[in-house]
Amino acid sequence: MTDASSTQTAKAIGEERPSRLKEFWFYFRENRGAVIGLWIFAVFAFLALFGPWIAPHDATEQFRSNALQPPFWQEGGSTEFLLGTDPLGRDMLSRLIVGARFSFFVGIVVVSVAASGGILIGLLAGFAPKWVDTIIMRIMDIILAFPSLLLALVLVAILGPSLINAMIAIAIVLQPHYVRLTRASVMSERQKDYVTSARVVGAGTLRLMFVTVLPNCLSPIIVQAALSFSTAILDAAALGFLGMGAQPPTPEWGTMLAEAREFILRAWWVVTFPGLAILITVLAINLLGDGLRDALDPKLKRS
Amino acid sequence: MLNYVLSRLLTFVPTFFGVTLISFAFIRVLPGDPIIVMAGERGVSQERYDQLATQFGFDRPIYLQFWDYFTGVLQGDLGNSFVTKKPVWDEFFALFPATLELSLCAMVLAVLLGLPAGVIAAVNRGKFFDRALMSTALVGYSMPIFWWALLLIIVFSGNLGWTPVSGRIDLLYYFPDPTGFMLIDSLASGQKGAFWSAIRHLILPTIVLGTIPLAVIARQTRSAMLEVLGEDYVRTARAKGMSPRRINSIHALRNALIPVITVIGLSVGTLLAGAILTETIFSWPGIGKWMVDSIFRRDYPVVQGGLLLIAVMVMIVNLTVDMLYGLINPKIRKR
Repeated sequence: MTDASSTQTAKAIGEERPSRLKEFWFYFRENRGAVIGLWIFAVFAFLALFGPWIAPHDATEQFRSNALQPPFWQEGGSTEFLLGTDPLGRDMLSRLIVGARFSFFVGIVVVSVAASGGILIGLLAGFAPKWVDTIIMRIMDIILAFPSLLLALVLVAILGPSLINAMIAIAIVLQPHYVRLTRASVMSERQKDYVTSARVVGAGTLRLMFVTVLPNCLSPIIVQAALSFSTAILDAAALGFLGMGAQPPTPEWGTMLAEAREFILRAWWVVTFPGLAILITVLAINLLGDGLRDALDPKLKRS
Repeated sequence: MLNYVLSRLLTFVPTFFGVTLISFAFIRVLPGDPIIVMAGERGVSQERYDQLATQFGFDRPIYLQFWDYFTGVLQGDLGNSFVTKKPVWDEFFALFPATLELSLCAMVLAVLLGLPAGVIAAVNRGKFFDRALMSTALVGYSMPIFWWALLLIIVFSGNLGWTPVSGRIDLLYYFPDPTGFMLIDSLASGQKGAFWSAIRHLILPTIVLGTIPLAVIARQTRSAMLEVLGEDYVRTARAKGMSPRRINSIHALRNALIPVITVIGLSVGTLLAGAILTETIFSWPGIGKWMVDSIFRRDYPVVQGGLLLIAVMVMIVNLTVDMLYGLINPKIRKR
C-alpha cells in the first residue's frame, strides 16, 4: 500500500473501512472494562439528554419542610426523596440527574473546541516552515508551563465565573496537548512513501494536510479526546467547587459539592452523592479511553 | 551532550520571556481597576488616584510597564502585595516550604506505593493481583480529589476523630521556624507532642495530594515493566536459568525505571495543580491556597508574581528532567 498511487490507496481504504470498524469492535469488545465504561457512558449521555423529564422533582424546587432529609434507607428518610434532600430541601436525586447534562455539555464542548483548534494548529505546525513551527511550539510550551488548573482559575477570574467561561478556560488549557500530539504524528507520517507519492501526483498542501495525512493521525487523537473528556469534567467540577465554575443554583456536580461543604459532618449524603456521580462518570470515560487505546494501538494488539 | 544542554537551555529563554509576558498580560485584562481595589471601601479622590497611578506607573505606555516589570523580575523584584504590602517574592518563599513539604510527602507516598504496585501488577499480568491493583489505580486516577478530601475528612476527622481538619499544627505549639518545614522545625523545637501533631496534620493532605500521582506511577510502572519483560535480554536471562526474582529486580525494574522517573519528574505540575485544591480544603498555608485567596481578593501583583514563579519552577523541573533523560538515554539527544 505504501508505494501505491493515491487513488489506489484511497480505494483500498474505502474497501477496508467496514472491516476496520469491525476489527476495532472486535478488539474493543475483548476489554470487559471498556464495554462496561461504554454502557455507563451511554446511561450518562441519556440522562444528559433527557434528565429534566426523568427526574422525579424539579431540580430547583425547594421543599422547605423536608430540608436535609436523609436517603430513604436511613431513619427519617422517605421514598419521595430517594437520595435525600439538600440544605434547601431540594431533591438530591433530581439534582444529580439534571446535573449530568452540565458535565456532559462541558465534556463535549471542551473536547470539540480543544481538539479542533489543537488539530488545526498541530497540522499547521507540522506542515509550515520551520520558523512557524518553532513559534507555535514555543507558545504551546508557555501554556504548558502553567499548572492547568491554576491557569484555568486565573482565566476564569479574568473572564468572570460562569460555566461557559470555565469551559473556554479548560479548552485553552487542554488544547496544547492536541497540538503536540497532532504535530508529532504529522511529522512521522509526512516522511512515509504514501505522502510523497500523493505529493508527486500533484496533491496540494491542503489536500495533503486534511485528506492524506490527517486520517492516519487520528488514532492517538481519538484516545486523547476520550481522556480529555474526563479531564474536562474533573476540571470543571474543580472550578465549580472553588466557586469559579457554574454558579448556584445550577445543579452542576462540583458546585453542589461546594454548597454542601459546610454540612459534611451533619449530612453525609449531600457530599457523597455528587462526588460519586463525578467519580463514576470519569471512571467510565477513562475505562472507555483505555479500551479505545488498546483497540486502536497496533502495538498492543500483537501481545 | 553539551550541544544538547545548550539547545535545551536556549529554548528556556523565549519560554521564560513568554511566561513573563503572559502573567503580565493576564493582570492587565483582569476586570476591576487595581487602584480602586487597593483603596477598598473608603474610595479614593481623583488627585490621590492620579498620584497612585503615577506611583505604580499605570499611566505609562503598556510596553514601558512591561519592560519595567520584566527588568524587575530579572532582579528578583515582583512588586508588593496590595493586601499585605509585603514583597511578593518574600511572601512566596515564606509559604513555599509548606507546599514543598506537602508535595514531597505526597510524592514519597506515591512512589513508595506506586512502584511496588506497578511491579506486582506487571509480574502477575492478567491475574487477580493485576486486575485488583489496576482497577484501584484507575479509580484513583479518576478521583475528583476535592471530593476525596471531603470523604476522608468525614471518616477520619468526623467519625473517628483521628486527624485534624485544617492547618499544619495545633495552635498550642509555638516555636521558631528556621527551615519552614514543619516536620523538621517541630522536631528541632523539642516540644513534646509537636512533631506528632505536625504528622497528624500532614496525613490527610498527603493522601489526597498523593492519590493521582500514585495511580499514575502504578500504571506507568506496570506498562514500562511489561515492555521491558518482553525484551530479548530478559528472555536470554530467563533462558540461562536466572531466577524470576532476580530478573524482575535487576534486569527489568532498572530499565523500566527510566520512563517512570520521567513521569515522576513531569508530575510536578500536576502536584502544584492538586496543591491548589488540597491546600484550599485543608487550609494548608502554602502557595496553592495563597494563589486562590489572591485571585479572590484581586491582589494583582501576587497573582502575577505567583503565576510567574510557579511556571518558572515547573519549567526548571521539566528542563532538569529532560536533561537527566538525555543523560540516561543517548537516543533522545539526537533529535
